[in-house]
Amino acid sequence: MPRTVWDSTLGKKTVMAVSGLIMLAYLVVHMLGNLKIFFGSDEFNGYAHWLRTLGEPFLHYEWALWITRVALVVAVVAHATAAYQLSRRDLRARPAKYVHKKRRASYATRTMRWGGVILGLFIVWHILDLTTGTLHPGGFQSGHPYQNVIDTFSTWYGNVVYLVAVLALGLHIRHGFWSAAQTLGAGSRTRDRALKTTANLLALVLTVGFVSVPVAVMTGVVS
Amino acid sequence: MKLTLRVWRQRAADADGAMSTYDVDGISPDMSFLEMLDTLNEELILRGEDPVAFDHDCREGICGACSLVINGDAHGPERTTTCQLHMRSFADGDTIDVEPWRASAFPVIKDLVVDRSAFDRIIQAGGYITAPTGAAPEAHATAVPKPDADFAFEHAECIGCGACVAACPNGAAMLFTSAKINHLNVLPQGAPERETRVLDMVERMDDEGFGGCTLAGECATACPKGIPLVSITSMNKEWLRAARKAGKR
Ligand code: HEM
Ligand code: SF4
Ligand code: FES
Repeated sequence: MPRTVWDSTLGKKTVMAVSGLIMLAYLVVHMLGNLKIFFGSDEFNGYAHWLRTLGEPFLHYEWALWITRVALVVAVVAHATAAYQLSRRDLRARPAKYVHKKRRASYATRTMRWGGVILGLFIVWHILDLTTGTLHPGGFQSGHPYQNVIDTFSTWYGNVVYLVAVLALGLHIRHGFWSAAQTLGAGSRTRDRALKTTANLLALVLTVGFVSVPVAVMTGVVS
Repeated sequence: MKLTLRVWRQRAADADGAMSTYDVDGISPDMSFLEMLDTLNEELILRGEDPVAFDHDCREGICGACSLVINGDAHGPERTTTCQLHMRSFADGDTIDVEPWRASAFPVIKDLVVDRSAFDRIIQAGGYITAPTGAAPEAHATAVPKPDADFAFEHAECIGCGACVAACPNGAAMLFTSAKINHLNVLPQGAPERETRVLDMVERMDDEGFGGCTLAGECATACPKGIPLVSITSMNKEWLRAARKAGKR
């Protein structure tokens, strides 16, 4: 069964759809959590601390966080590996281009690959910036995410990198959510509009939610 | 009508090809696209040149033999087959680009003719039913619900032309394969091979070197028979169901 799935184009696409939806679900929660920054440093830092005590006493300190991290790393690696292998196959299947060129697929559809690469690079930078602090501008303070976020969005490149990535995410979700429904066989003629609307809504809500944080820091609403 | 044609010329499968320019005159708007090419070929033969090779058979839009990418569109600007496309869809003085289907699973044999036997092998992998041979059975012996019959008919319309592959940016054969699977899998006659059919045909499709689906939707736009994009969704569902069942065994 696992071989049947991974060796098949349909199976690999299924892996992409499932891992993509897992990341999407995480991002919705992550975006909502980020909005706590609008309630001040105590509440935001307190929320970050709560994430570490989540599941206690059944789970040990930080276990819930580490379980989530492992699941996300598995999802990102599976998603990116399948994306890479399928893309290679697609390019090989259509080596000769037409002399008469036409462009029809939507922007979101055409940017899935490059958008995905941008997202992958962003994920690495984002972790090095705000989780480990390795690339953080100014002194990284563990346990004080409120200050760390303000530091990052006080640099021009922090804002640029973040905004580009969030816009890429919006486009990725716009095509990706609807795509995943088709891959998993959940689409149908009658459900198509609802699925496309949901995809657009998810893309919009995530983009606006994530963008609101750097915008708030830039405009001084959060300081 | 007077037209300028830019046609892909390639002497043999392993030769290099290029676009060649030809002027044709005296084209009637009521000619089909293939008749227009016939006119060009008659001239070429008179001039002692090699006529342009292209595939065709029924010229009625039912066999699936004709296959040209016209101005970047598989089967040209109308939703029909190349043989049913008429010159009235073009204007006097137009320059028209004519290219073969492009996909590594459909290698060019000569000029505009490509080898589509990969489709035959996908069919051989499961695009059939096991039925007792002999006299045709009584048509009403097996009841088929109306919506299922309609679904099967819609997919049975696929003529195997390959325009879906030609239009797909990934050279994928998903629309063709899904049409063939859906057509049989929904019917009681196709039920005994329901799982093996989808697993084997998809495996064959992959082995032939077709690409994967990124749901760009170009295939369904190009399909002369209106096979919808959602057919691929139905195939995915059948495949997942079959893979789960195979996993349990
Ligand atoms: C590691 C970085 C990433 C890469 C390289 C990547 C790449 C891709 C590619 C190439 C596709 C297929 C596009 C297509 O079929 O046209 C895809 C689909 C998808 N991606 Fe990503 N992506 C990445 C990150 C993400 C993230 C963070 C999410 C979560 C929100 C996500 C969610 C999805 C979904 C839901 C799909 C649809 C799956 C399907 O078509 O069945 N991706 N991705
Ligand atoms: S699905 Fe449509 S485009 Fe593809 S082979 Fe069948 S008839 Fe031709
Ligand atoms: S020649 Fe038969 S479909 Fe065009």
